[in-house]
This record gives sequence, structure tokens and C-alpha cells, in this order.
Amino acid sequence: MKLILALIKRDLTLSMRQGGGVGTALGFFLTVVVLLPIGIGPDQALLARIAPGALWIALLLSVLLSADRIFQQDYEDGSLDIMTMGPVPFEMVALAKAVAHWLSTSLPLAIAAPILGFLVNLEPSAILPLAIAVVVGSIALSLLAAIGAAVTVGLRRGGLLVSILVLPLYVPVLIFGLSASQPGAAPGLTTASLLILGAIALVSLVVSPLASAAALRSYLK
Amino acid sequence: MQFLANPTRFLKIANAVLPTVWAITIALFAVGLYGALVTAPPDYQQGETVRIMYVHVPAAWMALFVYTVMALASAVAAIFRHPLADVAAKTAAPIGAVFCFLSLATGSLWGKPMWGAWWVWDARLTSMFVLMLLYIGYMAIWAAIEEPHRAAMVARVVALVGFINIPIVKFSVDWWNSLHQPASVFRADGPTIAGPMLWPLLVMGLAYSFLFLALHLTAMRAEIAARKIRQIQIAEIGER
Repeated sequence: MKLILALIKRDLTLSMRQGGGVGTALGFFLTVVVLLPIGIGPDQALLARIAPGALWIALLLSVLLSADRIFQQDYEDGSLDIMTMGPVPFEMVALAKAVAHWLSTSLPLAIAAPILGFLVNLEPSAILPLAIAVVVGSIALSLLAAIGAAVTVGLRRGGLLVSILVLPLYVPVLIFGLSASQPGAAPGLTTASLLILGAIALVSLVVSPLASAAALRSYLK
Repeated sequence: MQFLANPTRFLKIANAVLPTVWAITIALFAVGLYGALVTAPPDYQQGETVRIMYVHVPAAWMALFVYTVMALASAVAAIFRHPLADVAAKTAAPIGAVFCFLSLATGSLWGKPMWGAWWVWDARLTSMFVLMLLYIGYMAIWAAIEEPHRAAMVARVVALVGFINIPIVKFSVDWWNSLHQPASVFRADGPTIAGPMLWPLLVMGLAYSFLFLALHLTAMRAEIAARKIRQIQIAEIGER
């Protein structure tokens, strides 16, 4: 456990001190959200209606674009090879890296989402449900992104492939995330959607380390 | 299954049964299409358009079934290191993708006169569309990784992770209120389709299954040949 925490801490430190980390992802998030009103026109009523969806999609894309950093560097400089031989089970290494990615990228993005909501005229009553939904959903997003990152780690042009592989897996998160962050929905629906979002996060918590570790091993042989 | 582990033996069996399988396929399609287009009565609400069902429903069944075959083959490859399981999974994917596309396309053609729209975003259609994307992603992995052994290992992971979607597609019409009608053939209390419409549908389902078997065996044969060619070419480069 101590070793796993040390691993998470190492990854967090690395992502803090290197350029192109959280800041870039946040910048990308901001850009996509800003482009939207330019693309569809500044109609306030229309913006308010599509605001939750727009924020969710921008969030998915931002998490996805930062996904290749989960394993790429450690694969290239050989650290991953050493980690396969360490005392920590390799599945837990994969999980630690996904957790570090969540803490360093997805969580800040999720916290920024309701703030960026002001740019797209997000209704005040929708802010709280959206904030809760994106935080819960972002756990699943990071874990699923880890699978995509692991599957394409040894490929030179893995970026587009990650999108094809991971975006279908994001569909349930998007559906239930959206129904949890609709402002006018019945209270029972919001709770149910949040519970399902939590369930998706838990399922990915089980599947992601196993799948990522299996994929990484085939590259490391 | 261990018996088929030897590619030469597999090829011998495949070559022996393939003509029969093709013959059965053609016979089943002839009977099924005759039943679907001639003897089956038009629906009292939908009229003649109901005949789309006989190509649409089996295609959707097969899209789910082929992905299941693919995931099973991937699991067998991962657990038992069966040498032909990866070949089976790889060659099943394009066939399944075509079935999936067929069910989406015919569904779209059926949806226009019945629902008034080519496409609606409800649970069944969305999850089927996701299945199509999963097929594409799986094939993209095989195409992107050059070394076959490594590609096989990574593709197994992709196929098994994507398998989560299959029960979602199957039960989407029960879990959500959908425009798409719920299951009417495979139900606990028996099918809800009238006999004259049911038997052509089932025959078509069988015909599609045999078509898949025939195509799959042919594709596996071709894939084994392609691997042999690759090995011969590598050996020739080595000799130079």
C-alpha cells in the first residue's frame, strides 16, 4: 500500500513539474467551451438548454486528449519494465497510474466544469447536480482512458485510435451524466442517474486495472 | 477444441465441410426468402413493410452473436493459448461489422415509414451504434499493430472489454422506454409472433447463422494462408 501511494505521489509530482499537464488540458477544455457559442450563435435560451451536454462533451474530449500521458513516458524510458518486476502487482501499478491521472487531470477538469458553465449560460439550478455528476463521472473517465492508453502505448500514432476505442466506452457515462445534470428533471431521476454513474465508476475500477495491465504486458515482452 | 489446435487438421476439416455448409446456406436462404416474401401475410398495421423484419432481425441477432463469438475466442486465446482462437476472433470481426451495419441500415429503412425518421437516438439504436464502433475499434487495433503476436494480445483485451456492451444492447429495450419494440421471439413465455410470420423469421435466422459459419471458415482459411505467406517471406529475407 505504501508503495502504491509512493507511485501515485511520484506520478503527481511528475505531472506537476512538467509542462503540458493540467494547464494544457484546462486550456483545451476552455477553448472547446468557448468555440461552442461561436459555432452555434449567442442565443441565450439555446445555450442554456445545451449547456450541460456541451460541458460533458468538452470534458470527455479533454480527458481523452490527456490520456496518452498515463503510460507513454514510463513506457518509453523503461520505468514500466522495472515496475513489472517490482513487488507491487502490475495491476495495482496500472491502477495507481489511473488514480494519479484522475487526481492530476480529470478532477481539476471536473471542478472547472461548473465554473466554465457561466460561459455557456448554465442555469443556476443545474450547477450543483452538474458539479456532483462530473466529479463522480470523471473517476470512470480516467479509468477507461487508462485502458485506451495502455492498449495503444507502443504505437506511434495512437492518439486517434484511443478516441475510437475509448469514446464508445464513454457513452454510458455521457448518457447518465447528462440525465443527472438536467436542471428540470424529477429528483428521483437525478439520484438514480448518480447511483448508476457511481456503479459505472466501480465497474471500471475493477475492469480497468486488469485490462490495462494485460495490454501493457503484451507491449513489454 | 484441442483437436482443432493443429492448423493443418483444421484446414482439412474446413475444406471438407465448407461445400456442404454453403449448400445448406443457399437452401435455407431460398426457403426463408420464399417464406418471408411470398407466404408470410402482411402485417395488419404495418402492411408490406413488415417484410423488412426478415432481413433486419436476423442481422441484429448475428451482430450480437458474432461479437460473442469474438469475445469467447479471445477468452479462449487468453486462457488456453489456443493457436487458432486469435485467428477466429480476428476474422469474425469484419463479418460481424457487416451484419451490424446491415441491421442498422435495414432498421433505418424500416424506421422511415414506421416512425417517420431514419434514425432516432433511443437506447436500442444507440447501443447498436456503439457495437458498430466497437467492431471498428477492434479492427483498427489489428490494423495498427504490425507484429501479429502482439496485435493478438492487445486485441484480446479490446474484445473482452467491449463485450460489456452486449448485454446492454440485448436488454436495452427492457430497461428503458424505447421506441424500438421489445423482444418478441426469445421470451420466457414463448414468442408473440404468429406462426406464419414466425417460421420464415426463424429459417432466416438459421440461414444467417450458416452464412456466418461459411464466411467465417473461409476467412479463417484465408487468414491461415496469409500467415503462411508471411512466414515464407520472412524466411526468404533471412536467407538472402
